Amino acid sequence: MNSNLVKNSIRFLGLVFLQILIFNNIYFLGYINPAIYIAFVLLYPLKKERGSFLFLSFLIGLTIDIFSNTGGVNAAATLFIAYIRISILNFILRKNDYDYILFKLKSLSLIKIFSFIFILTFIHQFIIYSLESFYLKDILSSSLKALYASIFSSIILFFSIQLFSKKK
Amino acid sequence: MQQIIFFIQKYRYFLLFIFLEIIAIVLTIQTHSLHRSKFISATNRFTGSIYEKTNGFSELFILKKNNAQLSQENTRLKNLLAATTIKNSNSFLDSTHSLQKFTYTNAKVTKNNFRKKRNFIWINKGTKDGVTKGMGVINSNGIIGVTVDATKNYALILSILNIDSSINVKLKSKRHIGSLTWNGTHYKNVQLNDIPREAKIKIGDTIVSGGESNLFPEGIPIGVIKNFDFDRNFYENINVVLFNDMSAIEYVQIIQNLHKKELDSLNQYISNE
Repeated sequence: MNSNLVKNSIRFLGLVFLQILIFNNIYFLGYINPAIYIAFVLLYPLKKERGSFLFLSFLIGLTIDIFSNTGGVNAAATLFIAYIRISILNFILRKNDYDYILFKLKSLSLIKIFSFIFILTFIHQFIIYSLESFYLKDILSSSLKALYASIFSSIILFFSIQLFSKKK
Repeated sequence: MQQIIFFIQKYRYFLLFIFLEIIAIVLTIQTHSLHRSKFISATNRFTGSIYEKTNGFSELFILKKNNAQLSQENTRLKNLLAATTIKNSNSFLDSTHSLQKFTYTNAKVTKNNFRKKRNFIWINKGTKDGVTKGMGVINSNGIIGVTVDATKNYALILSILNIDSSINVKLKSKRHIGSLTWNGTHYKNVQLNDIPREAKIKIGDTIVSGGESNLFPEGIPIGVIKNFDFDRNFYENINVVLFNDMSAIEYVQIIQNLHKKELDSLNQYISNE
């Protein structure tokens, strides 16, 4: 329990610094900055009690917002994917009950891991781009941008999760 | 009563989700309306210091280019000084009735955005150096933006590359006044609006700052007209190419208008009427 707390705090801070100092300066194709900090939402242990998870996801988004001066855009998007994470898992695995303690993302097949990452990243990027432009007439260009950005982000997220999480 | 408690119990995660989401949306709308939230402003000091540290590191790689730029600027100013001293060598300046209307403070950019629709620039001077909200910011190639917030050590500039920015400008040769905005597409092009139809503009005309806003001295060169449409007796889509490369700004000057208080008190009279 305690080690889980330490692990998640380190992950929180590490991802925030990686995001603001390195990944917010990439500008692939001119505008794409991979959102790697949502690895926090993807990797946070599955629990019945979801209050702290929702709050922490909101907080990590807000921290990114403060550093990039975007109001509450990242906070809104991150909180949203945190809230729907369990439904997406249900959709991908086609089941409703989990062994909450033993559940590990790594234990799924690669294709399921990737689709899980991609769906959440796309929703996240879509909310960010549409909130940022704030005009309904831009919705098509926003979703196209979100699509490209989420492809790029989810590939990076997929490989970093494969590389850096321990095999057990 | 029990019903309500049961309801909250059942939907507590959904209610928490809605509550936090509303906070996030409110914060987003606040940034859009430019009346920046106190929360984000208060943390400006912390974020500013982190960006300053990392910027110091990356600055090492462009030292050579910066030096060249500075020496160029130096020569230009020396030439300017030489020209004015010859002209004024026979007159003396009465310090009590000084004609000086603007003073300049030098600052370094710690973080620069130019790829979003609402771009901001962070600089390393704040209220400690007399920089406050609502001051014009320029560099040697033109206008950068207007300060919108300042803490003790840092200030935030609303870049001209922000779709909420609007700056009073005029045509250099013709005296017609317009406003300069940005449509959010390309960081080299800004748009000129509200040009009266009587003005005869042509491609290549220079745009300079107008004297109406009290933020900038009159006549700072900004850019040249690239193209425009003349439709139903109205000018439309006037694109202006900036002299400034907004993707590479390093040192800026903040303009303090010494007569701002006086001018503001006059404007107060109008708004009170």
